[in-house]
Amino acid sequence: MITVVAGLMLLPLIPLQAGELIPPKSFKAYDTPNDGGESISLVWRASPSDSPEVDYVLHMANSPEGPWQEVMRVRSNTYYKNSALERFGFRKRNKDTHLLQIDPRRHFSSDKNRKALYYFKLAIARGEEFIPVEKVVSGRARGNWFNTAKLNNFIIMIAFSGVVLFFIIHARRNPKLFLRKISGLDAVDEALGRATEMGRPVLFVHGLTGMGSISTMASVNILSRIANRIAEYDAELKVVNNDPIVLSVSQEVVKEAYLEAGRPDAYNQDNVVMVASEQFPYVAAVGGIMTRERPAANFFMGYFYAESLILAETGASTGAIQIAGTDSYTQLPFFITTCDYTLMGEELYAASAYLSREPMLLGSLRAQDLGKAAIIVILFFGTALSSFGIGFISQVFRAF
Amino acid sequence: MSFLRRTVPLAIAFTVGVLMAFQYFVPHPHSKAFLELMTRWDRIIAGFAVFIGIYSLFHLHWTRIRRKAAGWGYSIFVFLGAGITIAFGLYNGGEAFWHDKKEDTMFDWLFLYVQVPAGATIFSILAFFMASAAYRTFRARTVESTVLLIAAIIVMLGRVPVGALISPYIPVVADWIMGVPNLAAKRGILLGVSLGAIATSIKIIFGVERQYLGGGD
Repeated sequence: MITVVAGLMLLPLIPLQAGELIPPKSFKAYDTPNDGGESISLVWRASPSDSPEVDYVLHMANSPEGPWQEVMRVRSNTYYKNSALERFGFRKRNKDTHLLQIDPRRHFSSDKNRKALYYFKLAIARGEEFIPVEKVVSGRARGNWFNTAKLNNFIIMIAFSGVVLFFIIHARRNPKLFLRKISGLDAVDEALGRATEMGRPVLFVHGLTGMGSISTMASVNILSRIANRIAEYDAELKVVNNDPIVLSVSQEVVKEAYLEAGRPDAYNQDNVVMVASEQFPYVAAVGGIMTRERPAANFFMGYFYAESLILAETGASTGAIQIAGTDSYTQLPFFITTCDYTLMGEELYAASAYLSREPMLLGSLRAQDLGKAAIIVILFFGTALSSFGIGFISQVFRAF
Repeated sequence: MSFLRRTVPLAIAFTVGVLMAFQYFVPHPHSKAFLELMTRWDRIIAGFAVFIGIYSLFHLHWTRIRRKAAGWGYSIFVFLGAGITIAFGLYNGGEAFWHDKKEDTMFDWLFLYVQVPAGATIFSILAFFMASAAYRTFRARTVESTVLLIAAIIVMLGRVPVGALISPYIPVVADWIMGVPNLAAKRGILLGVSLGAIATSIKIIFGVERQYLGGGD
């Protein structure tokens, strides 16, 4: 009975409380961190009045006296700081802080000064009601010299680079490094020997990516090693390309390899050619070479797309021994099913070091193995900790 | 000569390699401008390199025709195809090539009704090659190929309506195979590839790996 009476007494107060707009606190403006000077961040603590019916209205000016223009109106239960993890991290209070990022040049496009100071006023509004925050804040957009959101990536890069360089120097002092066997690379000599005995050419097929791709760089390095041995064996090497820059590099690499082997006379520029620049014309041209010239060995090295299976199946139908190497994981199954040997993923990058047996190059392989061991340990502990609800490892390794 | 052929390219590779690696971490407008500059240079070099590619292609096929090499008749089509396309490209639908490209010209027709269908024809062969490769691989000779065969059958059935008709568990198992063992293997390969790519980049930047310059030293 007492509860009911108390409830009835409070009834007239309810509409008054619902209608009361409480302006937000701690309104601040500052340069958005980790950007190129494109925006100014505006933050304020969430108001108790936040609801889908209430809006925040932002006004902006390029002088404290105005004129002011409305630049944004947003629902008060949206635009929180935790939506920009890449800039503001995982702090718990971010979910109670509103964030708006304003590109001043969108609203003041005539301003030539990129570092101009801008002024902001905030108000909370519902229908006709409009309560401004007393404080006027100012901020300027500046370009940042380091993206702290990528700090984890930066540390990993520096650490892993350090490990690679350490093992390269270490390998120079201790050249007898153990190296696990890679069957695909052990078979290179077998394939070249077969081609020499049969008197048929060796065909080297580049992937579709250009010289900017690390897999093409790796395949060019392998080409150099293969060309050197072919020159020694006095066999014929044909290299097909689909990119003119890769063609130029391949011609130079093969020429130098023949020169190094003491057989510059055996080099024929017409054997290192560009056959087509488009994907399927390239397939048709290479398929034609395979069926007409019947190479004894085919090497597919680099980054391949849908053409991988067509090329490898055509090669298999001619009876050639085939060795493929790619870091394109979607095409790996096709090469594995149709080629005699396949270099999977990082084995493509390891190939040049493995074939040359140069200690300095082999050192990097040890670093790669160490990197993989570290990743396995981190994955193991990360999974175990996540299973107990501790997820900081996934936050530490999050990429932005 | 060694200075120009070795030292200068290695110095350029080191300088640009280090700058580009750090560029990724610097959001400043100067950093973006540097990236834009490098990208523009790349496009300009690629533009000039096209002439080297065309020369290589024409030289190869001209030599084949001259020597009457096996299948030399096909090389004539290279010159015919290239000649007709270049001619219509320069003609530009009646306006000269230095004007903006006109739409619906003979050049577009050649691309849409010759090159695209020809490419699609080559692509369609993939289905037949996939069947022949699958036949060779899925013969259950070893334990590994038997596992592969069973997994492939489940995934194939799980992806078509008849799989669910046979048993409602087939699509579930198919999804599990794709989402757990397949994804785990894929991520394992990707991690290895990433480490390998970084190690190779470091070797190139520091001049340890220099085969791409031709020769070893």
